[in-house]
Amino acid sequence: MMSADKDKAAEEKPAAEKPATKEAETAPPAPKNTKSEPKETETAPPAPKDTKSEPKETETAKPAPKDTKSEPKETETAKPAPKDAKPEPKETKPVAKETKPAAKTDEPELPAFEKGISDKLVEKFGDKVAVKFVKKDRVGIAASRDNVHDVAEFVRDGLGYDHVESVSGVDYPQDKEIEVVYHIGSYTDPSLARQILVLSTRAQREESPIPGNDATKLPSLRDVFYSVEFHEREVFEMLGVYFEGHPDNRRLQRTLR
Amino acid sequence: MTAELPPGLALQKVDERIMTLNVGPQHPGSGHMRLIVQIDGDYIVACDPDPGYVHRGEEKMAEYRNYILNIPHLERPVIHDSCNVLYPYVLGVEELLGIEVTERAKYVRVIASELNRCIYTMYWLAIYGIFLGHSTMFMWPAGDRELLIDLMEKMTGARVTHAHFVPGGVRNDLPANFEDVCLRQVNYFEKRIREYADIFYDNPILISRTRDTGVLSRQDAIRLGTTGSVLRASGVDYDLRKKEPYDVYDELDFHTNVLKEGDSYARSKIPWLDMLESCNIIRQALQKMPKSGSVRVKLKPNPKGKIGSVYKRVESGRGSLGCYIVSDGKPEPYRLKMSVGSFRNLIALPYLLKGEKLGNMPSVYWSLNYWPVEADR
Repeated sequence: MMSADKDKAAEEKPAAEKPATKEAETAPPAPKNTKSEPKETETAPPAPKDTKSEPKETETAKPAPKDTKSEPKETETAKPAPKDAKPEPKETKPVAKETKPAAKTDEPELPAFEKGISDKLVEKFGDKVAVKFVKKDRVGIAASRDNVHDVAEFVRDGLGYDHVESVSGVDYPQDKEIEVVYHIGSYTDPSLARQILVLSTRAQREESPIPGNDATKLPSLRDVFYSVEFHEREVFEMLGVYFEGHPDNRRLQRTLR
Repeated sequence: MTAELPPGLALQKVDERIMTLNVGPQHPGSGHMRLIVQIDGDYIVACDPDPGYVHRGEEKMAEYRNYILNIPHLERPVIHDSCNVLYPYVLGVEELLGIEVTERAKYVRVIASELNRCIYTMYWLAIYGIFLGHSTMFMWPAGDRELLIDLMEKMTGARVTHAHFVPGGVRNDLPANFEDVCLRQVNYFEKRIREYADIFYDNPILISRTRDTGVLSRQDAIRLGTTGSVLRASGVDYDLRKKEPYDVYDELDFHTNVLKEGDSYARSKIPWLDMLESCNIIRQALQKMPKSGSVRVKLKPNPKGKIGSVYKRVESGRGSLGCYIVSDGKPEPYRLKMSVGSFRNLIALPYLLKGEKLGNMPSVYWSLNYWPVEADR
């Protein structure tokens, strides 16, 4: 099944992807002479077009929607969201133990700084993102396939993250989904130096995949974070998730015919 | 054209001026990877790195072994830096299992990790030297590296693949008299590597070959998401030992080496400066380490991680090394992903080589502190 389209997927972009991969400003490697500006001006992949740049101010004080996944860490309790909390630098160790009367007695209180980050995202996107966990130095956000590009743009422009450390594909055969997890960090903002924002999204999983030519597709974040370029190619190679809008969407290793 | 030959084996003429040249995957100048270089005369117009030749499926293997059995094979991507490769995995498993490590074990880990960083860097420096045609720079680091390898052998029992870090501490306590021997060796080692400045880093031939080649600006280093020495040679002060201190790094006094030039020379100098700083760290750690106490927390047999995910990262010899572990409550990880510095720095290679002379390719390539086996995992 992997070798079904080997001869054409080896060197070229898969044939069915013509509209998505339109002009890829310079073809394979990184452009050297566009030194100045990291942003490309190409438009987003077709899917998340609808919610472009609408700040969605309506749902402001909505608390973080609980994720349905049973994460033991999530303790989005009745605590009112301190959403405009200034990013106070670090020192956000989970303070001692909160003595709640109710069931969760041994859960530490959510770290305030990390909670501020997740609250900003929830304030901006409301129901479209789900907070998976908030723990020390790590904030986990899940977004749907349609919204992940917008969320990533906000993470870069609104929150100050600037590079992606890791893109991992996680296979969930029982859910018929493949999760792609971006670990996003920041070099430029000192208050975010130890923070990692874990942005995850899910693609449909095929029983008999034809890599690049089936429904396992996600919008590429390459135009938001340049650093995902090789990582997304690796996920395509390993798990067959095709990233629409990636300008150099080959498999990572070239195959000999 | 030569359609019947595999594309990797044929010299393809693209047009009148541009020629495609395959460097590797078995050419020693490229390590175990292939660089597909398009040259116009002597100048590189495009470079397409082709990693994956030594892919070992470490991440997939990890899904079939429990948290303890994963230790020996996960250090294989960089056997010279095996303690640092295991470090984020061990930290992650400790968080999943809810283990707190003893103070002495943390210090032993820091010492082992810094020794390993030096061992790796010496190996890298030897290769860097020989590919610039400087064979003394191959002999000296390869020889001086043995000082620290002997130390690691005393400490762990193995010369390179130590498998020394385990969830809950380290495998064995230090041997008797280790502190004295370590201090003596490290002092001598530091004296030795200071001499490298005379023969290598102040050498006008080296400077003329590496200065102003492959310049990576600060902005681009951030944008491309580079890490480690590549990032710090471009003027970004980011070292995880400082920024997100793990174990006892927050109790030690050291500084981060940052250079502003962003060229091959700066990239090759940062690891050497880091080694000098490592000697400083080791001496402090030897002094501050509790003289006795347990170095390993006893685990239950076949321990099960709690459900959830964890992402831990450390500063390895090649930059930030992260380990993302997804656990579904079984004794094995559900998914394990290593985010390695080599792979993250690889994206800079086509960017840096564009417009360089072909003869500068080795100096740019090896200055990225790139380890092909780690990048492939």
